Amino acid sequence: MRFVTAAALSACLAVPVLAAEIPGLPTISVERREQAVRDGFRYDKLAPELKARIEQDDTQRLCTEYRNEPPPEVAARIEKAALEAIVFPEDGKFLGDWKKGEALSLNGYGLRMGDDPKRQVGGNCYACHEMAPTELSYGTLGPSLKGYGKLRDFAQDAIKEVYIKIYNPNATVACSTMPRFGTKKILSIDDIRHVLAFLFDPNSPVNREE
Amino acid sequence: MRARSIVAACLAATWLATGAAAQSDNPVEEYRRLLADPFANPGYLFVDRGEALWHQKRGPKNASLEQCDLGLGPGVLEGAYARLPRYFADADRVMDLETRLMWCMVNLQGFDEATIKKTAFSKRGGQSDMEALVAYVAEKSSGMTFEIPLEHPKEKEAYALGEAVFYRRSSYFDFSCSTCHSLDGRRIRLQELGNMTRQEDAARAMTSWPTYRVSHETLRTMQHRMWDCFWQMRMPDLDYGSELSVALITWLTKNAEGGELAVPGIKR
Ligand code: HEC
Ligand code: HEC
Repeated sequence: MRFVTAAALSACLAVPVLAAEIPGLPTISVERREQAVRDGFRYDKLAPELKARIEQDDTQRLCTEYRNEPPPEVAARIEKAALEAIVFPEDGKFLGDWKKGEALSLNGYGLRMGDDPKRQVGGNCYACHEMAPTELSYGTLGPSLKGYGKLRDFAQDAIKEVYIKIYNPNATVACSTMPRFGTKKILSIDDIRHVLAFLFDPNSPVNREE
Repeated sequence: MRARSIVAACLAATWLATGAAAQSDNPVEEYRRLLADPFANPGYLFVDRGEALWHQKRGPKNASLEQCDLGLGPGVLEGAYARLPRYFADADRVMDLETRLMWCMVNLQGFDEATIKKTAFSKRGGQSDMEALVAYVAEKSSGMTFEIPLEHPKEKEAYALGEAVFYRRSSYFDFSCSTCHSLDGRRIRLQELGNMTRQEDAARAMTSWPTYRVSHETLRTMQHRMWDCFWQMRMPDLDYGSELSVALITWLTKNAEGGELAVPGIKR
Protein backbone atom coordinates (compact mmCIF):
# COMPACT_ATOMS: atom_id res chain seq x y z
CA MET A 1 0.00 0.00 0.00
CA ARG A 2 2.80 2.35 0.90
CA PHE A 3 4.50 1.55 -2.41
CA VAL A 4 1.31 2.38 -4.26
CA THR A 5 1.18 5.80 -2.62
CA ALA A 6 4.86 6.29 -3.28
CA ALA A 7 4.37 5.27 -6.90
CA ALA A 8 1.54 7.73 -7.42
CA LEU A 9 3.49 10.48 -5.72
CA SER A 10 6.68 9.90 -7.60
CA ALA A 11 4.89 9.63 -10.94
CA CYS A 12 3.92 13.28 -10.40
CA LEU A 13 7.46 14.18 -9.42
CA ALA A 14 8.94 12.05 -12.21
CA VAL A 15 11.15 10.20 -9.73
CA PRO A 16 11.62 6.53 -10.56
CA VAL A 17 10.28 4.25 -7.82
CA LEU A 18 13.26 2.07 -7.30
CA ALA A 19 11.65 -0.19 -4.71
CA ALA A 20 8.81 -1.24 -7.00
CA GLU A 21 11.23 -2.69 -9.54
CA ILE A 22 12.51 -5.37 -7.17
CA PRO A 23 10.31 -8.46 -6.90
CA GLY A 24 9.70 -10.22 -3.60
CA LEU A 25 10.71 -7.48 -1.21
CA PRO A 26 9.62 -8.25 2.35
CA THR A 27 7.59 -5.78 4.40
CA ILE A 28 9.64 -4.42 7.27
CA SER A 29 7.51 -4.15 10.39
CA VAL A 30 7.97 -1.18 12.67
CA GLU A 31 9.26 -3.52 15.40
CA ARG A 32 11.87 -5.00 13.06
CA ARG A 33 13.01 -1.55 11.94
CA GLU A 34 13.22 -0.21 15.50
CA GLN A 35 15.19 -3.25 16.66
CA ALA A 36 17.72 -2.73 13.84
CA VAL A 37 17.99 0.97 14.71
CA ARG A 38 18.55 0.25 18.41
CA ASP A 39 21.18 -2.39 17.61
CA GLY A 40 22.84 -0.01 15.14
CA PHE A 41 23.57 2.44 17.95
CA ARG A 42 24.22 -0.14 20.70
CA TYR A 43 21.20 1.15 22.53
CA ASP A 44 21.71 -0.90 25.70
CA LYS A 45 25.08 0.72 26.35
CA LEU A 46 23.88 4.32 25.91
CA ALA A 47 23.22 6.96 28.54
CA PRO A 48 19.52 7.88 28.96
CA GLU A 49 19.91 11.18 27.09
CA LEU A 50 21.25 9.33 24.05
CA LYS A 51 18.62 6.61 24.30
CA ALA A 52 16.02 9.37 24.08
CA ARG A 53 17.47 10.55 20.77
CA ILE A 54 16.77 7.15 19.28
CA GLU A 55 13.22 6.71 20.56
CA GLN A 56 10.62 8.37 18.35
CA ASP A 57 8.01 10.68 19.83
CA ASP A 58 4.43 10.64 18.46
CA THR A 59 5.10 13.26 15.79
CA GLN A 60 8.22 11.53 14.52
CA ARG A 61 6.44 8.18 14.52
CA LEU A 62 3.45 9.47 12.54
CA CYS A 63 5.55 11.49 10.09
CA THR A 64 7.72 8.43 9.47
CA GLU A 65 4.68 6.21 9.00
CA TYR A 66 3.15 8.52 6.39
CA ARG A 67 6.47 9.65 4.95
CA ASN A 68 5.59 13.25 5.76
CA GLU A 69 2.28 13.11 3.87
CA PRO A 70 -0.22 12.37 6.66
CA PRO A 71 -3.90 12.07 5.72
CA PRO A 72 -5.92 15.20 6.64
CA GLU A 73 -7.26 13.92 9.95
CA VAL A 74 -3.80 12.87 11.15
CA ALA A 75 -2.32 16.16 9.96
CA ALA A 76 -4.98 18.06 11.89
CA ARG A 77 -4.18 16.04 15.02
CA ILE A 78 -0.44 16.76 14.71
CA GLU A 79 -1.04 20.47 14.13
CA LYS A 80 -3.44 20.79 17.04
CA ALA A 81 -1.12 19.03 19.50
CA ALA A 82 1.79 21.21 18.32
CA LEU A 83 -0.13 24.45 18.69
CA GLU A 84 -1.49 23.59 22.14
CA ALA A 85 1.99 22.95 23.52
CA ILE A 86 3.54 26.24 22.44
CA VAL A 87 4.89 28.34 25.30
CA PHE A 88 4.78 32.06 24.63
CA PRO A 89 7.03 34.69 26.25
CA GLU A 90 5.52 35.63 29.63
CA ASP A 91 6.04 39.36 29.12
CA GLY A 92 4.42 39.29 25.67
CA LYS A 93 7.60 40.69 24.05
CA PHE A 94 8.55 38.84 20.86
CA LEU A 95 11.57 40.73 19.55
CA GLY A 96 15.08 40.46 20.98
CA ASP A 97 18.45 41.60 19.63
CA TRP A 98 18.83 41.07 15.87
CA LYS A 99 22.63 40.83 16.13
CA LYS A 100 22.34 37.88 18.48
CA GLY A 101 19.71 36.46 16.13
CA GLU A 102 22.07 36.75 13.20
CA ALA A 103 24.78 34.90 15.11
CA LEU A 104 22.29 32.14 16.03
CA SER A 105 21.15 31.87 12.40
CA LEU A 106 24.72 31.36 11.22
CA ASN A 107 25.67 28.98 14.03
CA GLY A 108 25.33 25.23 13.35
CA TYR A 109 27.11 24.09 16.50
CA GLY A 110 25.66 21.83 19.13
CA LEU A 111 24.04 18.52 20.09
CA ARG A 112 26.34 16.44 17.89
CA MET A 113 28.44 13.70 19.48
CA GLY A 114 31.56 15.35 20.86
CA ASP A 115 30.08 18.87 20.94
CA ASP A 116 30.65 20.76 24.19
CA PRO A 117 27.26 20.85 26.00
CA LYS A 118 28.20 24.12 27.70
CA ARG A 119 28.50 26.03 24.41
CA GLN A 120 25.57 27.87 22.80
CA VAL A 121 23.52 25.66 20.48
CA GLY A 122 22.90 27.37 17.13
CA GLY A 123 19.68 27.72 15.17
CA ASN A 124 21.49 27.03 11.91
CA CYS A 125 18.73 28.73 9.91
CA TYR A 126 21.19 29.43 7.07
CA ALA A 127 21.53 25.69 6.54
CA CYS A 128 18.11 25.83 4.91
CA HIS A 129 17.14 29.49 4.30
CA GLU A 130 18.41 32.53 2.45
CA MET A 131 18.17 35.44 4.93
CA ALA A 132 20.36 38.58 4.69
CA PRO A 133 21.14 39.31 1.01
CA THR A 134 24.82 39.72 1.86
CA GLU A 135 25.23 36.13 3.14
CA LEU A 136 25.71 33.90 0.11
CA SER A 137 26.36 30.65 1.97
CA TYR A 138 22.78 29.57 2.46
CA GLY A 139 20.95 26.29 1.89
CA THR A 140 17.78 25.70 -0.10
CA LEU A 141 15.76 23.12 1.86
CA GLY A 142 13.45 25.92 3.04
CA PRO A 143 11.98 29.01 1.33
CA SER A 144 13.98 32.24 1.03
CA LEU A 145 13.47 34.63 3.95
CA LYS A 146 15.21 37.57 2.28
CA GLY A 147 13.41 40.81 3.19
CA TYR A 148 11.00 38.76 5.32
CA GLY A 149 9.97 41.39 7.88
CA LYS A 150 9.46 44.06 5.28
CA LEU A 151 7.47 41.71 3.03
CA ARG A 152 5.16 41.02 5.95
CA ASP A 153 4.83 44.73 6.83
CA PHE A 154 6.52 44.14 10.21
CA ALA A 155 3.02 43.17 11.38
CA GLN A 156 2.44 41.98 14.95
CA ASP A 157 0.36 39.04 13.70
CA ALA A 158 3.16 37.93 11.38
CA ILE A 159 5.67 38.12 14.24
CA LYS A 160 3.52 35.88 16.41
CA GLU A 161 2.99 33.48 13.53
CA VAL A 162 6.73 33.12 13.00
CA TYR A 163 7.29 32.68 16.72
CA ILE A 164 5.00 29.69 16.41
CA LYS A 165 6.78 28.52 13.24
CA ILE A 166 10.15 28.50 14.97
CA TYR A 167 8.81 27.04 18.22
CA ASN A 168 7.05 24.20 16.40
CA PRO A 169 6.63 24.33 12.61
CA ASN A 170 4.19 21.41 12.76
CA ALA A 171 1.62 23.77 14.28
CA THR A 172 0.89 24.98 10.75
CA VAL A 173 2.56 22.41 8.46
CA ALA A 174 2.25 18.86 9.83
CA CYS A 175 5.49 16.93 9.30
CA SER A 176 7.41 20.04 8.27
CA THR A 177 11.05 19.55 7.36
CA MET A 178 11.96 22.34 9.75
CA PRO A 179 13.13 21.39 13.27
CA ARG A 180 10.91 22.11 16.29
CA PHE A 181 13.30 24.52 17.95
CA GLY A 182 11.13 25.35 20.98
CA THR A 183 9.39 22.02 21.56
CA LYS A 184 12.65 20.07 21.40
CA LYS A 185 14.43 22.69 23.55
CA ILE A 186 17.07 23.36 20.90
CA LEU A 187 16.63 27.13 21.36
CA SER A 188 15.40 28.97 24.47
CA ILE A 189 12.55 31.48 24.34
CA ASP A 190 15.15 34.27 24.45
CA ASP A 191 17.05 32.71 21.54
CA ILE A 192 13.83 32.57 19.52
CA ARG A 193 13.21 36.25 20.28
CA HIS A 194 16.66 37.12 18.94
CA VAL A 195 16.08 35.16 15.74
CA LEU A 196 12.68 36.83 15.36
CA ALA A 197 14.38 40.23 15.63
CA PHE A 198 16.80 39.18 12.91
CA LEU A 199 13.77 38.56 10.67
CA PHE A 200 11.60 41.50 11.82
CA ASP A 201 13.82 44.35 13.02
CA PRO A 202 13.77 47.09 10.32
CA ASN A 203 17.50 47.61 10.92
CA SER A 204 18.34 43.92 10.48
CA PRO A 205 20.34 43.10 7.31
CA VAL A 206 17.47 40.72 6.39
CA ASN A 207 15.34 43.80 5.67
CA ARG A 208 18.00 46.00 4.05
CA GLU A 209 18.68 46.23 0.33
CA GLU A 210 21.78 44.52 -1.08
CA MET B 1 52.38 1.64 -8.50
CA ARG B 2 55.10 3.03 -6.25
CA ALA B 3 56.17 5.69 -8.76
CA ARG B 4 52.60 6.73 -9.34
CA SER B 5 52.08 7.20 -5.62
CA ILE B 6 55.08 9.43 -5.24
CA VAL B 7 53.96 11.55 -8.17
CA ALA B 8 50.48 11.63 -6.68
CA ALA B 9 51.76 12.72 -3.30
CA CYS B 10 53.91 15.50 -4.77
CA LEU B 11 51.18 16.80 -7.03
CA ALA B 12 48.63 16.67 -4.25
CA ALA B 13 50.94 18.55 -1.93
CA THR B 14 51.54 21.24 -4.56
CA TRP B 15 47.87 21.44 -5.30
CA LEU B 16 46.94 21.80 -1.66
CA ALA B 17 49.65 24.39 -1.13
CA THR B 18 48.85 26.60 -4.10
CA GLY B 19 45.10 26.13 -4.07
CA ALA B 20 43.14 25.01 -7.09
CA ALA B 21 41.80 28.46 -7.90
CA ALA B 22 45.03 29.86 -9.31
CA GLN B 23 44.95 27.50 -12.29
CA SER B 24 41.85 28.62 -14.12
CA ASP B 25 39.31 31.36 -14.66
CA ASN B 26 36.63 29.05 -13.30
CA PRO B 27 37.78 27.83 -9.88
CA VAL B 28 34.92 25.38 -9.49
CA GLU B 29 35.66 23.66 -12.78
CA GLU B 30 39.37 23.60 -12.05
CA TYR B 31 38.71 22.06 -8.64
CA ARG B 32 36.54 19.38 -10.23
CA ARG B 33 39.18 18.67 -12.87
CA LEU B 34 41.83 18.17 -10.22
CA LEU B 35 39.56 15.94 -8.15
CA ALA B 36 39.22 13.67 -11.16
CA ASP B 37 42.97 13.47 -11.83
CA PRO B 38 44.35 10.18 -10.46
CA PHE B 39 47.85 11.61 -10.29
CA ALA B 40 46.72 14.43 -8.02
CA ASN B 41 44.81 12.14 -5.68
CA PRO B 42 46.50 11.08 -2.41
CA GLY B 43 43.94 8.27 -2.19
CA TYR B 44 46.38 6.20 -4.24
CA LEU B 45 48.81 6.21 -1.32
CA PHE B 46 46.14 4.28 0.59
CA VAL B 47 45.73 1.86 -2.30
CA ASP B 48 49.44 1.05 -2.11
CA ARG B 49 49.50 0.66 1.64
CA GLY B 50 46.39 -1.54 1.41
CA GLU B 51 48.10 -3.78 -1.12
CA ALA B 52 51.02 -4.35 1.23
CA LEU B 53 48.65 -5.02 4.15
CA TRP B 54 46.63 -7.52 2.10
CA HIS B 55 49.66 -9.71 1.42
CA GLN B 56 51.40 -9.34 4.77
CA LYS B 57 51.16 -12.12 7.37
CA ARG B 58 49.68 -10.40 10.40
CA GLY B 59 47.67 -10.87 13.58
CA PRO B 60 47.64 -13.60 16.24
CA LYS B 61 47.27 -16.26 13.53
CA ASN B 62 50.14 -14.79 11.47
CA ALA B 63 48.12 -15.04 8.25
CA SER B 64 47.63 -12.79 5.25
CA LEU B 65 44.25 -11.83 3.81
CA GLU B 66 45.00 -13.62 0.55
CA GLN B 67 42.39 -16.32 1.30
CA CYS B 68 39.68 -13.79 2.16
CA ASP B 69 36.55 -14.40 0.08
CA LEU B 70 34.91 -11.11 -0.84
CA GLY B 71 32.08 -12.85 -2.66
CA LEU B 72 33.71 -13.99 -5.90
CA GLY B 73 35.93 -16.67 -4.30
CA PRO B 74 38.98 -16.64 -1.99
CA GLY B 75 41.49 -14.01 -3.06
CA VAL B 76 39.45 -12.74 -6.03
CA LEU B 77 39.62 -8.96 -5.91
CA GLU B 78 38.85 -7.84 -9.46
CA GLY B 79 35.25 -6.65 -9.50
CA ALA B 80 34.47 -7.84 -5.96
CA TYR B 81 33.59 -4.38 -4.66
CA ALA B 82 31.20 -3.75 -7.57
CA ARG B 83 29.15 -6.77 -6.36
CA LEU B 84 28.86 -5.76 -2.69
CA PRO B 85 26.93 -5.75 -0.35
CA ARG B 86 25.83 -9.39 -0.62
CA TYR B 87 24.89 -12.37 1.54
CA PHE B 88 27.69 -14.59 2.90
CA ALA B 89 26.66 -18.06 4.03
CA ASP B 90 29.65 -18.53 6.37
CA ALA B 91 28.65 -15.46 8.38
CA ASP B 92 24.92 -15.91 7.66
CA ARG B 93 24.47 -12.20 7.05
CA VAL B 94 24.63 -9.51 4.41
CA MET B 95 27.98 -7.72 4.38
CA ASP B 96 29.42 -4.67 2.75
CA LEU B 97 33.12 -4.51 1.92
CA GLU B 98 34.08 -3.22 5.34
CA THR B 99 32.06 -5.77 7.32
CA ARG B 100 33.53 -8.53 5.16
CA LEU B 101 37.10 -7.32 5.59
CA MET B 102 36.49 -7.16 9.33
CA TRP B 103 35.17 -10.73 9.25
CA CYS B 104 38.31 -11.92 7.43
CA MET B 105 40.59 -10.03 9.80
CA VAL B 106 38.87 -11.73 12.75
CA ASN B 107 38.54 -15.21 11.28
CA LEU B 108 41.69 -15.55 9.16
CA GLN B 109 44.08 -13.35 11.11
CA GLY B 110 42.66 -13.60 14.63
CA PHE B 111 42.29 -9.85 15.21
CA ASP B 112 39.89 -8.63 17.88
CA GLU B 113 36.67 -7.23 16.43
CA ALA B 114 36.21 -4.49 19.04
CA THR B 115 39.72 -3.19 18.31
CA ILE B 116 39.13 -3.17 14.55
CA LYS B 117 35.94 -1.17 15.09
CA LYS B 118 37.71 1.30 17.34
CA THR B 119 40.49 1.97 14.84
CA ALA B 120 38.54 1.73 11.56
CA PHE B 121 38.28 5.52 11.16
CA SER B 122 41.65 7.22 11.43
CA LYS B 123 42.29 10.57 12.93
CA ARG B 124 44.02 13.02 10.59
CA GLY B 125 46.94 11.50 8.75
CA GLY B 126 45.19 8.28 7.82
CA GLN B 127 46.85 5.42 9.69
CA SER B 128 43.81 3.14 9.73
CA ASP B 129 44.51 -0.29 8.20
CA MET B 130 40.85 -0.55 7.25
CA GLU B 131 40.92 2.66 5.19
CA ALA B 132 43.96 1.37 3.29
CA LEU B 133 42.46 -2.08 2.70
CA VAL B 134 39.18 -0.62 1.49
CA ALA B 135 41.05 1.66 -0.93
CA TYR B 136 43.06 -1.27 -2.28
CA VAL B 137 40.11 -3.61 -2.79
CA ALA B 138 37.74 -0.97 -4.16
CA GLU B 139 40.28 0.31 -6.70
CA LYS B 140 40.23 -3.19 -8.23
CA SER B 141 36.65 -2.44 -9.30
CA SER B 142 37.37 0.99 -10.71
CA GLY B 143 35.85 1.33 -14.18
CA MET B 144 33.26 -1.39 -13.45
CA THR B 145 29.58 -0.81 -12.83
CA PHE B 146 27.76 -1.59 -9.60
CA GLU B 147 25.47 -4.57 -9.85
CA ILE B 148 24.57 -6.38 -6.65
CA PRO B 149 22.78 -9.74 -6.45
CA LEU B 150 19.74 -8.98 -4.25
CA GLU B 151 18.48 -12.56 -4.62
CA HIS B 152 18.89 -14.09 -1.18
CA PRO B 153 16.00 -13.28 1.19
CA LYS B 154 18.43 -11.58 3.58
CA GLU B 155 19.71 -9.38 0.75
CA LYS B 156 16.14 -8.35 -0.02
CA GLU B 157 15.50 -7.76 3.64
CA ALA B 158 18.59 -5.55 3.88
CA TYR B 159 17.40 -3.44 0.96
CA ALA B 160 13.89 -3.05 2.40
CA LEU B 161 15.27 -2.26 5.85
CA GLY B 162 17.61 0.34 4.39
CA GLU B 163 14.70 1.99 2.65
CA ALA B 164 12.59 1.99 5.82
CA VAL B 165 15.39 3.57 7.82
CA PHE B 166 16.02 6.20 5.14
CA TYR B 167 12.62 7.72 5.93
CA ARG B 168 12.80 7.37 9.72
CA ARG B 169 12.78 10.65 11.62
CA SER B 170 14.34 11.06 15.07
CA SER B 171 16.48 13.02 17.53
CA TYR B 172 16.50 16.76 18.25
CA PHE B 173 16.05 17.99 14.68
CA ASP B 174 13.54 15.36 13.48
CA PHE B 175 15.92 14.58 10.63
CA SER B 176 15.75 11.50 8.47
CA CYS B 177 18.11 10.75 5.59
CA SER B 178 15.25 11.79 3.33
CA THR B 179 15.19 15.28 4.88
CA CYS B 180 18.40 16.05 3.04
CA HIS B 181 18.52 13.45 0.28
CA SER B 182 15.08 13.09 -1.33
CA LEU B 183 14.74 16.38 -3.23
CA ASP B 184 16.46 17.43 -6.43
CA GLY B 185 19.12 20.11 -6.53
CA ARG B 186 18.97 21.21 -2.88
CA ARG B 187 21.81 22.42 -0.71
CA ILE B 188 22.69 22.67 2.99
CA ARG B 189 24.61 25.96 3.17
CA LEU B 190 26.71 25.53 0.00
CA GLN B 191 26.99 21.74 0.08
CA GLU B 192 25.05 20.00 -2.66
CA LEU B 193 22.76 17.21 -1.45
CA GLY B 194 22.25 14.29 -3.79
CA ASN B 195 18.73 12.89 -4.15
CA MET B 196 19.48 9.29 -3.23
CA THR B 197 16.10 8.07 -4.46
CA ARG B 198 17.25 8.81 -8.02
CA GLN B 199 19.64 6.57 -9.89
CA GLU B 200 21.78 9.43 -11.28
CA ASP B 201 22.41 11.04 -7.92
CA ALA B 202 22.87 7.77 -6.01
CA ALA B 203 25.31 6.62 -8.69
CA ARG B 204 27.28 9.87 -8.58
CA ALA B 205 27.61 9.46 -4.83
CA MET B 206 28.28 5.75 -4.47
CA THR B 207 30.76 5.42 -7.35
CA SER B 208 33.06 8.02 -5.78
CA TRP B 209 33.60 6.24 -2.44
CA PRO B 210 36.00 5.36 -0.86
CA THR B 211 37.27 8.88 -1.28
CA TYR B 212 40.24 10.95 -0.18
CA ARG B 213 38.75 13.78 1.89
CA VAL B 214 40.94 16.84 1.69
CA SER B 215 39.36 18.42 4.79
CA HIS B 216 39.96 15.21 6.81
CA GLU B 217 43.45 14.62 5.40
CA THR B 218 42.66 10.94 5.01
CA LEU B 219 40.75 8.47 2.91
CA ARG B 220 37.17 7.89 4.05
CA THR B 221 34.90 4.91 3.48
CA MET B 222 31.13 4.55 3.05
CA GLN B 223 30.78 3.35 6.67
CA HIS B 224 32.36 6.64 7.68
CA ARG B 225 29.93 8.60 5.49
CA MET B 226 27.01 6.85 7.23
CA TRP B 227 28.49 7.61 10.66
CA ASP B 228 29.05 11.23 9.57
CA CYS B 229 25.48 11.76 8.33
CA PHE B 230 24.05 10.28 11.57
CA TRP B 231 26.39 12.59 13.48
CA GLN B 232 24.90 15.55 11.61
CA MET B 233 21.47 14.16 12.46
CA ARG B 234 22.42 14.47 16.16
CA MET B 235 22.28 10.71 16.59
CA PRO B 236 24.65 8.63 18.76
CA ASP B 237 27.71 7.02 17.13
CA LEU B 238 26.69 4.46 14.53
CA ASP B 239 28.11 1.02 15.31
CA TYR B 240 30.72 0.17 12.67
CA GLY B 241 29.51 -2.67 10.46
CA SER B 242 26.10 -2.85 12.12
CA GLU B 243 23.13 -4.37 10.29
CA LEU B 244 21.69 -0.86 10.12
CA SER B 245 24.73 0.55 8.32
CA VAL B 246 24.87 -2.35 5.87
CA ALA B 247 21.12 -2.05 5.17
CA LEU B 248 21.48 1.62 4.24
CA ILE B 249 24.52 0.88 2.07
CA THR B 250 22.64 -1.96 0.37
CA TRP B 251 19.72 0.33 -0.45
CA LEU B 252 22.01 3.11 -1.68
CA THR B 253 24.12 0.75 -3.78
CA LYS B 254 21.10 -0.86 -5.42
CA ASN B 255 19.81 2.60 -6.31
CA ALA B 256 23.23 3.40 -7.75
CA GLU B 257 23.30 0.31 -10.01
CA GLY B 258 24.67 1.00 -13.45
CA GLY B 259 26.96 3.73 -12.11
CA GLU B 260 30.62 3.30 -13.05
CA LEU B 261 33.09 3.22 -10.19
CA ALA B 262 35.90 5.79 -10.21
CA VAL B 263 37.77 5.13 -6.98
CA PRO B 264 39.46 6.24 -4.88
CA GLY B 265 37.56 9.50 -5.28
CA ILE B 266 38.71 12.81 -3.92
CA LYS B 267 36.46 15.34 -2.24
CA ARG B 268 36.37 18.47 -0.19
C1 HEC C 1 16.27 21.60 8.02
C2 HEC C 1 15.76 22.74 7.34
C3 HEC C 1 15.34 23.98 8.08
C4 HEC C 1 15.96 24.65 9.12
C5 HEC C 1 17.26 24.29 9.83
C6 HEC C 1 15.15 25.82 9.38
N1 HEC C 1 14.07 25.83 8.55
FE1 HEC C 1 12.64 27.29 8.45
N2 HEC C 1 11.62 26.19 7.07
C7 HEC C 1 12.05 25.03 6.49
C8 HEC C 1 11.04 24.55 5.56
C9 HEC C 1 11.13 23.27 4.72
C10 HEC C 1 9.96 25.46 5.61
C11 HEC C 1 8.63 25.39 4.84
C12 HEC C 1 7.65 24.48 5.57
C13 HEC C 1 7.07 25.10 6.80
O1 HEC C 1 6.58 26.25 6.75
O2 HEC C 1 7.08 24.45 7.86
C14 HEC C 1 10.36 26.50 6.56
C15 HEC C 1 9.61 27.61 6.88
C16 HEC C 1 10.06 28.70 7.62
C17 HEC C 1 9.34 29.95 7.77
C18 HEC C 1 7.98 30.29 7.17
C19 HEC C 1 8.18 30.95 5.84
C20 HEC C 1 6.83 31.36 5.26
O3 HEC C 1 6.28 30.56 4.52
O4 HEC C 1 6.35 32.44 5.59
C21 HEC C 1 10.11 30.74 8.59
C22 HEC C 1 9.81 32.16 9.01
C23 HEC C 1 11.29 29.98 8.94
N3 HEC C 1 11.22 28.75 8.33
C24 HEC C 1 12.31 30.43 9.78
C25 HEC C 1 13.37 29.65 10.22
C26 HEC C 1 14.31 30.06 11.24
C27 HEC C 1 14.32 31.41 11.92
C28 HEC C 1 15.18 29.02 11.43
C29 HEC C 1 16.31 28.88 12.40
C30 HEC C 1 16.07 29.17 13.78
C31 HEC C 1 14.79 27.98 10.50
N4 HEC C 1 13.69 28.39 9.80
C32 HEC C 1 15.45 26.77 10.37
C33 HEC C 1 13.25 24.38 6.74
C34 HEC C 1 14.15 24.74 7.74
C1 HEC D 1 21.28 17.36 7.76
C2 HEC D 1 21.48 16.91 6.43
C3 HEC D 1 21.79 15.48 6.14
C4 HEC D 1 21.16 14.34 6.59
C5 HEC D 1 19.98 14.24 7.52
C6 HEC D 1 21.84 13.22 5.95
N1 HEC D 1 22.83 13.66 5.15
FE1 HEC D 1 23.94 12.56 3.85
N2 HEC D 1 25.01 14.20 3.36
C7 HEC D 1 24.79 15.48 3.85
C8 HEC D 1 25.87 16.34 3.42
C9 HEC D 1 26.00 17.83 3.75
C10 HEC D 1 26.73 15.53 2.65
C11 HEC D 1 28.04 15.94 2.00
C12 HEC D 1 27.87 16.60 0.70
C13 HEC D 1 29.21 17.12 0.24
O1 HEC D 1 30.23 16.67 0.74
O2 HEC D 1 29.21 17.98 -0.63
C14 HEC D 1 26.15 14.20 2.62
C15 HEC D 1 26.69 13.12 1.92
C16 HEC D 1 26.08 11.88 1.81
C17 HEC D 1 26.52 10.83 0.92
C18 HEC D 1 27.69 10.92 -0.04
C19 HEC D 1 27.34 11.79 -1.20
C20 HEC D 1 28.49 12.02 -2.14
O3 HEC D 1 28.22 12.38 -3.29
O4 HEC D 1 29.63 11.86 -1.77
C21 HEC D 1 25.68 9.77 1.11
C22 HEC D 1 25.73 8.44 0.39
C23 HEC D 1 24.73 10.17 2.13
N3 HEC D 1 24.99 11.45 2.52
C24 HEC D 1 23.73 9.36 2.64
C25 HEC D 1 22.96 9.70 3.76
C26 HEC D 1 22.16 8.75 4.52
C27 HEC D 1 22.01 7.29 4.21
C28 HEC D 1 21.59 9.45 5.54
C29 HEC D 1 20.79 8.96 6.70
C30 HEC D 1 21.39 7.98 7.54
C31 HEC D 1 21.99 10.83 5.38
N4 HEC D 1 22.85 10.93 4.32
C32 HEC D 1 21.53 11.88 6.17
C33 HEC D 1 23.73 15.89 4.61
C34 HEC D 1 22.84 15.04 5.25
